[in-house]
Amino acid sequence: MTKHARPPTRNKSPYPYWLYLPAGAVFLLIFLVPTGLAFYFSLTRWTLFDSTFVGLDNFRDFLAEQNLRVGFQNTLFYAVVTSGLKVVLGLGLGVLLTGRMRLRGFLRAVVFFPVLVSTVAVGITFSALLRPDTGLVNKALAVVGVSGPDWLGDATTALLSVGLVDVWAGVGLATVIYIAGILSIPTDYYQAVAVDGGTAWHRFRHVTLPLSWPATYSVIILSLIGGLRSFEFVWTMTRGGPGFSSDVIASIIYKQYQAGFFGLSTAGNVLLFLIVTALVLPLNHFLGKRQVT
Amino acid sequence: MKSSPPTLTMAVAVVAIAALTSCGTSGDDEPAAGGPVTLSFLTGSDQSTVDTSKALADAFMKVNPDIKIEIENQPGGSEGDNVIKTRLSTGEMSDVFWYNSGSLLQALNPAQTMVDLTGDPVLADVQPDYLPVVSQGGRAFGVPATTLAGGGILYNRKVYERLGLRVPRTWDEFMANNEKIKAADITPVISTFKDTWTSQLFVLSDFYNVQAATPNFAADYTAGKAKFATTPAAIGGFQHLADVHARDFMNKGFGSAVLDQGLKMLIEGAGAHYPMLTTLLPAQLENYPQTATDVGFFGLPGADAAKHGATVWEPAALYIAKTTEHLDAAKKFLAFVASPAGTDAVTAAVRPSGPYRIKGSKLPEDALQVAKDLQVYIDQGATAPALEFLSPIKGPSLEQITVAVGSGLTPPAEGAAQYDQDVEKQAKQLGLTGW
Amino acid sequence: MRSLKRAGAEGIALILATVVFLVPFSFMILTAVKDDVQSADLDFAWPANWPIVANFIEVIEARDHILLRAFVNSIILTVASVTLIVIAGAMAAFVLQRRPGRVGAVANFLVLTGLIVPPAVVPTIWLLQAIGLFKTLPGLVLVEVAFGLAYAMLLFRAFIAAIPRELDQAAMIDGCGGLSLFFRVIFPLLRPVTITVILTSSVKVFNDFVNPLYFLPGDDNATVQVTLYNFQSQYSTQWNLLFMDIVLITIPPLLAFVFFNRKIVAGMTAGSIKG
Repeated sequence: MTKHARPPTRNKSPYPYWLYLPAGAVFLLIFLVPTGLAFYFSLTRWTLFDSTFVGLDNFRDFLAEQNLRVGFQNTLFYAVVTSGLKVVLGLGLGVLLTGRMRLRGFLRAVVFFPVLVSTVAVGITFSALLRPDTGLVNKALAVVGVSGPDWLGDATTALLSVGLVDVWAGVGLATVIYIAGILSIPTDYYQAVAVDGGTAWHRFRHVTLPLSWPATYSVIILSLIGGLRSFEFVWTMTRGGPGFSSDVIASIIYKQYQAGFFGLSTAGNVLLFLIVTALVLPLNHFLGKRQVT
Repeated sequence: MKSSPPTLTMAVAVVAIAALTSCGTSGDDEPAAGGPVTLSFLTGSDQSTVDTSKALADAFMKVNPDIKIEIENQPGGSEGDNVIKTRLSTGEMSDVFWYNSGSLLQALNPAQTMVDLTGDPVLADVQPDYLPVVSQGGRAFGVPATTLAGGGILYNRKVYERLGLRVPRTWDEFMANNEKIKAADITPVISTFKDTWTSQLFVLSDFYNVQAATPNFAADYTAGKAKFATTPAAIGGFQHLADVHARDFMNKGFGSAVLDQGLKMLIEGAGAHYPMLTTLLPAQLENYPQTATDVGFFGLPGADAAKHGATVWEPAALYIAKTTEHLDAAKKFLAFVASPAGTDAVTAAVRPSGPYRIKGSKLPEDALQVAKDLQVYIDQGATAPALEFLSPIKGPSLEQITVAVGSGLTPPAEGAAQYDQDVEKQAKQLGLTGW
Repeated sequence: MRSLKRAGAEGIALILATVVFLVPFSFMILTAVKDDVQSADLDFAWPANWPIVANFIEVIEARDHILLRAFVNSIILTVASVTLIVIAGAMAAFVLQRRPGRVGAVANFLVLTGLIVPPAVVPTIWLLQAIGLFKTLPGLVLVEVAFGLAYAMLLFRAFIAAIPRELDQAAMIDGCGGLSLFFRVIFPLLRPVTITVILTSSVKVFNDFVNPLYFLPGDDNATVQVTLYNFQSQYSTQWNLLFMDIVLITIPPLLAFVFFNRKIVAGMTAGSIKG
């Protein structure tokens, strides 16, 4: 993309800023203003009924939270595992489901189906499937002679189990983004490779993979942010337990909110925002650079 | 420094909303004219709360045909707490609402948000020793909506009969019973840690024993002088959790079991003991009528048989929001709820699992066995309210800590110390003095 | 030989998909058709009784047919919100991708902020009260739009980047201005990603329960997710009815997916870009 190729009407950009207006107005009014207000309350002891300014006390108290270190490690683990699996499986399923397959439509519906089911339902269903005694997973394992653990009730397996359920529920989203990405690739490219007599692998390696970059970028950023912020599945399946063993930062924040410590939980949100931004901003910059090519 | 801007915005907005609202719950007919009035009534969503609320509203409307009550249900648990706080603080509360008594009430700022009922004839029939749990700063705000509950051990009487066991009066007797129950291939102590709140009962219902050993504990604890970790009697509850786990008395898969399963195990006799509240039982009657007779209750046994007693939970209450436009009708309703006629209406819909807190209300003949067991403790004067009804402080993380201790992840002393830290945070957030 | 191999691969994919995705689904269906007592076991046991119709009717009739009203509310909410999200989001993403600079940098950062920062419930209520939209459907629509925009913009921006600028210039020479350039040239090319945004945003809005709970309370305004609370509580849950409700509220979006899925396929032929 070169700069000299500007449109003839220089004073009037073809990309007028007022196209921002509808989105910007709603976002500013309904999102930014309340968020700004909330950030002020992170500096107060806030009961919703009144607030007392306490400076940075909430931040100090939040950082002194007993299980914050475990929560931080869990958050990173959870985000990397879930977003990594979503990218890899989403790409694989995306390629598979854009290929010439007879049951393509059916399989797409099947893969997307979990996205439609509410988190609560997913949580209850998998809690039942992962039960230690009567759960289907352990019954199946017993058939091949393995005695499965209490997946969600055991401190060593709880977080990983929740993460895998998250992938089950979320991979459909990554897949439809990949399907859109692959379908947006101009067919000429494939024709060119076909003329060169390329194999399926060649086609994947040199056309599909690089040219579905918009999808890859979106899936990485969205699922990483989602993973770092995620707590719905943790909350519905383990509540951060047993004990505190599967707590993530967002579930620790939520617990403060539940307890009615609104200033403290807002302070936690501010901290989480800073952490996620610190991780995502450089990544976004790095990935965005590739996007231009 | 109290913040005023949001409050101001809110006040302006409330006026604006009141003028604009079209989907509001109230009929907006002028109440003074004596015409029909519609009261909105926000209540919980679990079965017995819904049934109780409906019975009260229906019976009241029959006597007062010019007042219509519209029930609105809201999610239970802590999400429900936040809905209530949000609606109260933004001036959007229903006329009358159902909420906990005790420490949780304090967080709603009753003096600012609710109608003060102190000295009002509405409270005439309420037992006076109930009032402190619906009061803040000496002003009373609510009337009891349901029955007193016992918190301790629910046990299967059939199992006890079959194995020839006696109700234990000390912890050692309790553990000896557990040993025999285990030998008979029955789960001695049902634990359902997936529903984390159920794990707290060993600690919370041990409070009768704590108070028996350390009479000043509640006051000293509120003042920040007494700690769980440094009070031998108070550490007991945590120790019990650890003991039961160490002796392998719990059901398999306790970490992922839920309340429903626990109750089923208990009623069907697959498990013998379940540390739980008696209020959970009436909802089981529909599917398991034997609940009424097969399940009994005893207080959590302590060290001394001579000092055996039970910890009780005060009933939740009905309150009137300050923003109501139908104060007279709302008071009329609350007066009905807090009268023998009101409790009779409840009894007809939900078989009581404990005694009422209304003067002149009697336990019916067909009350649940657990209610009769609880009544014995009350008649002997051997009860104490749970700590959350004596102190505004209850640490929010107790349920996670008790799961960790009960699963053998955290030693009891460490769990108690963690809880002390949790309590300190709560006290600071409440802005209490001395912390 | 090749086709045999292909059929084998397809078979394996099919079996895997069935096991991984349909087993949990069949669990939901099974539980939905059991009776009250048996459903509490939450297992794969074959139903002893089949109160399908009774469960169905009870769920539909619960709380004065709240579910039916909830469907109407949810559909209106979803259609209105998603329409706004797609149009406003795509327009903004177009300028954002095409016109870097200080404004673009700020907008970029705000998109990330929108993705990262969780909504602040109580201040949002104050704001809606101040502008008179609290407890109204338009208010809730605005909330859903505000919280859904960042997601849509991120996707649109990434996909607009793949559309060559030469196309813009060709259109400019033909006399297209900013708005018509976008709607007549760019937007049609975004068809696959637009459908993806419609799908994903619809699911988010339709399945949202926190925002309706706070911003549009009351039985008359209930949305489908809120109806799950009829059958679920801290103390006792009617599992069969809960799952019947879950199944009932999952089927309409599934049908919508099947419909839009065909459109994605169509996008492959109609919307391919000739670089």
